[in-house]
Amino acid sequence: MTTQVAENPVIVGMKNVTKTFPGVVANDQISLDIRQGLVHCLLGENGAGKSTLISILAGMQQPDSGQIEIDGKVSRITSTRAAMKLGVGVVYQHSTLISSMTVLENLMLGDTKRVLLDKKGARTKLRDLSALLGAEIDPEIKARNLGLGQQQQVEIIKALWQGSRVLILDEPTSMLTPQAIESLLASVVRLRNEGLAVIFITHKLREAYAIGDEISVLRKGRMVKHVPARELAKMNESSLKNTVLTAMFGDDQASAGNRKTIEELAGAATASRQARKAGSVSETTVLSVSQVTCSPNDGTRGIFDINIAIRAGEILGIAGIDGHGQSTLAEVLAGQRKLQSGRVLLGETDVTHLDVRARQSMGLRYVTDDRLHEGIVGNLPVSLNLLLKRVGQKPFWNRGRINRQEVLDESNRLISEFDIRTPNPETRAGTLSGGNIQKLLLARELSNNPKLVIFNKPTYGLDLKTVARVREIILEFANEGVAVLLISADLDELTELADRIAVISQGRLIGETPNVGARTAEIVGEIIVNEGAAATGKSRK
Amino acid sequence: MTDIFSEPFVIAFILGCITGAIPLLIASLGETIGEQSGVLNLGIEGMMLIGGYVAFVTTLSTGSFALGLIAGTLAGVATSVIMMVLNTWLGLNQIVIGLAITLAGGGITGVLYNVYFTNTPRLGQEDTLAIPFLSELPYVGKSLFTQSPMFYLSFVLAGLVAWMLLRTTVGLRFRAAGQNPNSLDAAGGNVVVTRSAAVLLGGAFSGLGGAYLAIIAAGTFTPFMTHGLGYIAIVVTMLARGRIVWVILVSFLYGVTVALGTVLQLTSFSLPTDVIKMFPFIVVMIVLIAFARGSYVPPALGEPYTRGAR
Repeated sequence: MTTQVAENPVIVGMKNVTKTFPGVVANDQISLDIRQGLVHCLLGENGAGKSTLISILAGMQQPDSGQIEIDGKVSRITSTRAAMKLGVGVVYQHSTLISSMTVLENLMLGDTKRVLLDKKGARTKLRDLSALLGAEIDPEIKARNLGLGQQQQVEIIKALWQGSRVLILDEPTSMLTPQAIESLLASVVRLRNEGLAVIFITHKLREAYAIGDEISVLRKGRMVKHVPARELAKMNESSLKNTVLTAMFGDDQASAGNRKTIEELAGAATASRQARKAGSVSETTVLSVSQVTCSPNDGTRGIFDINIAIRAGEILGIAGIDGHGQSTLAEVLAGQRKLQSGRVLLGETDVTHLDVRARQSMGLRYVTDDRLHEGIVGNLPVSLNLLLKRVGQKPFWNRGRINRQEVLDESNRLISEFDIRTPNPETRAGTLSGGNIQKLLLARELSNNPKLVIFNKPTYGLDLKTVARVREIILEFANEGVAVLLISADLDELTELADRIAVISQGRLIGETPNVGARTAEIVGEIIVNEGAAATGKSRK
Repeated sequence: MTDIFSEPFVIAFILGCITGAIPLLIASLGETIGEQSGVLNLGIEGMMLIGGYVAFVTTLSTGSFALGLIAGTLAGVATSVIMMVLNTWLGLNQIVIGLAITLAGGGITGVLYNVYFTNTPRLGQEDTLAIPFLSELPYVGKSLFTQSPMFYLSFVLAGLVAWMLLRTTVGLRFRAAGQNPNSLDAAGGNVVVTRSAAVLLGGAFSGLGGAYLAIIAAGTFTPFMTHGLGYIAIVVTMLARGRIVWVILVSFLYGVTVALGTVLQLTSFSLPTDVIKMFPFIVVMIVLIAFARGSYVPPALGEPYTRGAR
């Protein structure tokens, strides 16, 4: 870490910035200085106001009050374009690359001042910026075919394309393997040494300690802690951990029993796998998938030659970057997509040609990642959403007539069992928060004797406490002998829950490893890197 | 009976083909721009009718075909302002607005025509532009190379649209707005401005297509004269998936079917005219059945853009 950091000039200064949305104060009197040549880590859990802060700096939102100074001059960042002109580049949490376009086309989208596309100039610029990052990127490759770390490198290059002086990285490590995280951190250090100011948003303390020159903590929209560079240099990891955790969750929560979970979720401790009940995995195979191929013609990615077997009580994790066939796999297994070839056995029964409902009644359940659209009918009440998969069945329906009392009783039971926070069972499901919608989905899919449950990104976008609860539920069910297919882009989640982890890339399973604890993430990383190396080797010569 | 391969017969065939294809080609170019940027313009039929009517009135009163085409184009732009404000700016449903424009365009021009024109005035022939040497070739000389200047210009326009979409930053932004407006927004582009431009350009092409149909191809205006040509332009666009060469090819395939109908009437086959008029539409249906699986629309087509909504 740099020693005489206090003299670094402030590039962006936020003074008492406040932003409210109907019902929430997303940012409350936030003041923040971003200094040249320093990495400023921003910590806080989901909903703490980090995203709002970024969209203000990126010009997507306007603050209600307070001001932003750039190079000491009060500036208004009125649009994303204005932000770029002022030298602020953002790498968003969700990819902003257009998957059907090439890397070069994606980058040239930022050349707003030109009339003609300048491919030659863009190539040169890409080469220079890649060199700066220590990356190697094929300019003509379609964005959808980019590898794990590469996609992020292109995002960073895109953010730097207009000559940014401030680089904002929004949770850049959440989908990366340990190897890719390491190379990302190395790139960030190189950029910082070039004099760039970096805002690094994360909820993992480990990373903040590894890379941060200064650290700020947000909680419920307020800036609750700022550790300046001079102070941070004197701290060790555990004293920082105490300071930050107290700031993030408050004394009461951090001291209570859930402190350990929170530490793990915050990445303060290495996520350790909870000891599974011995013998919880039985010998009976619940799901066996052999040589399944499905290539949809609606533009979604296909899956090829998939072989999977899951035993009762076992959790099989599927790792990989988003959009590499995970959803297709889940939908094929759930019966929502027809496959071209291969067989799917549920227990001893061949379900290859059975429809969703038939599979459902045999105990196969699918918890979709598209909670809002595919998962629930937003305009229907919570109660009906809970029973959506049992419409027409007794005792809730009798000869086509609904039995309100039965529906209400069953809903109330599920609502309390899964702790769904809803004003009442008649509330429209669409008005619930993301975490409660997920609990609603879990309640629906996990009731009525499940044998195999497919989870697609079950904790994506949820707050830390719901994340912990959802993971607990998954483990509980596995311990009761339910077979689980867990698709996730979050490696920590997989290493915490899964018994085995298979890696999916370009629609194929490219490797598998038993979960051996701390080293698993690295092994998964190696599988991905080796495959990537083999692929580039092929395309090079 | 006329010999099928005699010169007048071939010339009639090629002329019929051009008459059918060019208005469709021009309209499809506009629809392509709109669709690439994520705006499905179902109002194209109405815009063509308004463009056609305004062009007809202009040429009838001034005697100038060029002024007619320009007026038709501007009328198309003016109509598309409705689409731009209601859909792109205010985020209302594209299908509802599009259908409203189509219904209104047909109704308004029909009423205006019936009020002002009791008999059917015809415009007479526009001066054609004969290409030196080429126009003296047998068969094609008097058909392909002795044509309205707008005929040649429409190919130039096709080339320009292809070039714009593939080689310019504006074209890249159009495509980005249709693929993933969030990305365009994050890259510093303005989705609303980009789509507004695409809608206005689409309107201009629709108006011009309608103008060509009325004053050059038909030489007059009759109410509802497009007979679903705007919808066929939407089909052409979806089959072509943004590739202008395909727009030209599919448009001319349609032209060929129209010409076949015309030519069959010249022969002694005694087919009812109703069947002949059905012919192009039957071909369109067959093409759709054969190629619909390959048709593709940009992911963000038809979705109004609201920042921050996912």
